[in-house]
Amino acid sequence: MTETTQAKAIDPAKLLWEEFIPGGTHWSGVIRRGNTLRITDINGGANVSALLFNQEEKTERYNMADTLKAQHTAFLTKGFVCYSDMGRVLMSVTEDTCGWHDTICGLSNARLIHEKYGEGRFEELRNAYFKNGRDSLLIEMGKWGLSSRDLVSNLNLFSKVTVNDEGDLHFVERNSKAGDYIELRAEMNTLVVLSTAPHPMAPAGQYNPKPVQLAAFHSGEVLEEDFCRNFRPENVRGFYNTELWFR
Amino acid sequence: MSSQKLVESPRDPAKASWRSVLPAGEPWMRTIKKGQVLRMLDLKGNQAVDTIFYSAEDPTERYSANDTIRAQGNIYLTTGSKLLTDEDNVLMTIVADTCGRHDTLGGACAAESNTVRYALDKKPMHNCRDNYLLALTNWEADELDKRDLVSNVNFFMNVPVTPEGRLTFEDGISEAGKYVELKAEMDTIVLISNCPQLNNPCNAYNPTPVELIVWDE
Repeated sequence: MTETTQAKAIDPAKLLWEEFIPGGTHWSGVIRRGNTLRITDINGGANVSALLFNQEEKTERYNMADTLKAQHTAFLTKGFVCYSDMGRVLMSVTEDTCGWHDTICGLSNARLIHEKYGEGRFEELRNAYFKNGRDSLLIEMGKWGLSSRDLVSNLNLFSKVTVNDEGDLHFVERNSKAGDYIELRAEMNTLVVLSTAPHPMAPAGQYNPKPVQLAAFHSGEVLEEDFCRNFRPENVRGFYNTELWFR
Repeated sequence: MSSQKLVESPRDPAKASWRSVLPAGEPWMRTIKKGQVLRMLDLKGNQAVDTIFYSAEDPTERYSANDTIRAQGNIYLTTGSKLLTDEDNVLMTIVADTCGRHDTLGGACAAESNTVRYALDKKPMHNCRDNYLLALTNWEADELDKRDLVSNVNFFMNVPVTPEGRLTFEDGISEAGKYVELKAEMDTIVLISNCPQLNNPCNAYNPTPVELIVWDE
C-alpha cells in the first residue's frame, strides 16, 4: 500500500458534481454528451461493475462483443471506446492510470458472494450487509424501467483477468492502486449503472469491497484529432455513426 | 491444446428423431426438450453457427456467456462445458465435440457493427442480428424482441485471446464433418443464425449449410 497515483486536477470551473460511492453499493445517473465521468479507486483494489445505455433509447446499450471485436481487444484502457449494439460510441476511455479493465467475466451473484464470504444479512449487519453485482445492477436498472432482460455483458472497471494460451482465466490481484482513476467521456447521453460489489473472480476471504469517488466535469466537443477517435480506424467510423444521431 | 476435449458421439444419425439442413445465412429457432440431444454438423467446414439459448419455461432467463466462462475458468467451449443462464442454472451441456474449441466472446454480426468494423457501405449486407430479429418476431410462444439478444455462442468459430489481451478472429479450426452435440438439461429454446458474414474468416469467406440433428434419449 505504498504506491499512490496522483490524479490530474479537474478544473474547478468545469466540475459539475462529485459523489462518494461506498464499497458494495450501487449508483446510476446520466452523463451527457460533452461531459466526462472520472471514477477514482480511493484505496486501491476496487471493482466497479458497470453497464451503459443510450438514455434516449434504452434498448441501445453497451455491447461487449462489438466493443471487443471492433478494437481487437479483450480489455479496456486509454484510447478504447465502449460501443453500443448500434455501431455508435457511448463512452470513450480518455484517461486511465490503471491499465486494464475487465470486460469478459460478468457479475458476482448472491450464490457466489455467499460461498466466498459467508452469510451477511441486513438483519445483523445493517448497511454493511453483503451485496452482489447482479442484484445491485438490477436494482439501479429498475429505477429506469429496466429489468433482467436489459442486463447484458458488463464492464468490471479496475479489475484484471488474463487469458493464457489454453484459454484459462486468471484473476490478477492488486491491479488497481490507491488513487488510480479512469475517465469515461460521454459521446452520447449515457445512462451509467454501476455497482461496487466484488468482482465475480475476486478471492474468497473477508467481504471488504472498496469505495470509489465519482466526479463529472464538462469536457466539451470532441476534436477531429481526438486520441480515442483516431485510436483505431474503426473508431473513426464509430464516431461518424455517433455524430449522425445528433444531427 | 489441452483445453480441447475431443469426444466422438455414440449416437447414430439413422436413429435421430429429427434432422434438417439449415442453409447458409438462415435463422432457426426451436425448443429442445430436457434430455434431447442436438447435434450441429459443419457440413463444408469452418461455418460459424451463432447461437443463443433461452429457458423455454421463462425466456427472460437466458444464456450468459460471462457466467459460463467464469464458472468453468476458461473462455473456450468444448466437451463438458455447461452453458449457464444468467440465473446460474444449466441450459445445456456439451456432450460431444470433434472440433475442440468454440467461441463465446465474439458475438453476432450486425449491420451497424459491420459499418464500424469494415466500411460504412457494408451496412446493407445480410447479418446474424437480422436473422435473430426476424426469428424472435416470428416466435409465437413468447413475446421476444431485441432486449432478449445477448452474447451468443459461435460454434466452430476461432476467436483467440492472447495473454496480452488481444482478441482476433482467426481462421477456423473446424472442417467438413466436424460436429458438436448439446444435451438439454432443461427445456431450452435454441436460436441459431447460420452466419452470413463475408468480411472476415469466421466462415472462411464462404458461408455454407450446416445440418441439425435431434435425438430423444
